[in-house]
This record gives sequence, C-alpha cells and structure tokens, in this order.
Amino acid sequence: MTLLVSVLAAVITTVVWYTDNRRSELKLGILPLMFWGASLMWFVDAIFEYVELKDAYFTPEPLDMLNDLFLGLSVVALGLVIWLVILLVKDPRGVVRSAILRKKA
Amino acid sequence: MACFIVTAVEAGVSAIATKVVEKKEQSSLEKTGTEVEAVKVPFSRKLGWLRNMLAGGSALLAFEHIWHGEVTPWFPFLTAAANAEDAAEMFHEMGTVGVGMAALVTAVWGGMLAVSAVIEKRAAKAAKEEPEG
Repeated sequence: MTLLVSVLAAVITTVVWYTDNRRSELKLGILPLMFWGASLMWFVDAIFEYVELKDAYFTPEPLDMLNDLFLGLSVVALGLVIWLVILLVKDPRGVVRSAILRKKA
Repeated sequence: MACFIVTAVEAGVSAIATKVVEKKEQSSLEKTGTEVEAVKVPFSRKLGWLRNMLAGGSALLAFEHIWHGEVTPWFPFLTAAANAEDAAEMFHEMGTVGVGMAALVTAVWGGMLAVSAVIEKRAAKAAKEEPEG
C-alpha cells in the first residue's frame, strides 16, 4: 500500500512538473525525483517481501493495509514538507527575502 | 531494518560528486570564457537527478523505519544493532535489499542519461540544420 501511494504521488507530481511552466521557479523537479526514488526503493523491498511471503503478499490483513495507507499518506506529507522547506530556503522568487526585509524596514 | 543506509551513503557520494563536477564545470567555463552549448545539459545537473532520487528516497524510507520502530533517537540508533544475531540479519538485508535498491535507482538514472543524450543529439542536429540569419 505504501508503494502504491508513493507511485501515485510520483505520477501526479510528474504530471504537475510536465504541465506547469513555473517548474523552475517552484523547484517542481525535486518532488517527482524524490517520489520516484522512494517508489523504486519500495519496489525492490516489495520484490524481496514477495519472494519471502509468496501469495500471502497480496492478501494483507485489513489492519496492516490501513496502517500502510496511513504510512503512505504520511510519507507523501513529509515529501511535500521537504519540498516546501527547499523552496523557502532557496527562495527563487525572493518572496521570503522581500517579506523579511519589508518587516525590518 | 537498515536498507536505506546503503542508498543514503550513495546519495552522500553523489552529492559530493555533484559539487566537485559543478566546480570543475565552472572553472573550465571561466578559463575558456565560452558558454556551454545550449543544447547540452551539464553533467553536474544530471548527477543532481541521481542525488535527488537517492536522497529523497532515503529520507522517506528512513521515515518508514522510524514509523516501524526500527530507528531510535538513542544509541545504537538501529534496534537491529542491539544484538549480534539481529545485526547479522541487518547486514544481510543491507547487502541484498539495500544494494538492490541502490542498483535499481542507479540503473533508472542510467536510462534517464540515455534518453537525455538522445534528446541532446536531436537538438544539436536541429540547431545545425536551422538556417542562419
């Protein structure tokens, strides 16, 4: 389930990166790379888990699925927070800088 | 258990490599005083793709390990490192799952480089064929 949520996040952020012309100033390239990286890693994890569990891998307990879904959504939230921090620190539009300078003046 | 450590280490190495290549590109640009071809993507930028995939993925995986209680804020930080038996299992997982993760991400990055090379070649060809004026 975590893998599924991560792949969905990767696909959505890739579509946003592809269609939005502000990709450079919003640092949109970071998000798809981050989610694709995580998805590939969880894919490898899933292969090893499948080898170990065989068919049981596809029939998880409902409580485990819910926990994995909750984890997946938390992972997406964390990814978005990381992107937001990078965006505000790099501040390509100078919004943060000008807001702070205006307050000081 | 600790598979993300392998990808995190590779992310660190790729981050250092990105900085070094970036500096080299900058200094060669200053020496020659010529602009890099518009159709060519600097290698430092391509290395940045790998760094972002590895670092981002490792960070999210590390969060998953914290979620499952496999990473703790106190020594030895990894619950599997507390005893020899679990540590052996952890190293085995790092050698199999962790290395597999790093290899797949690097292989996908290799694919991205190949696609980028084709696009750069086509762009260079189109720029050459374009009539001057």
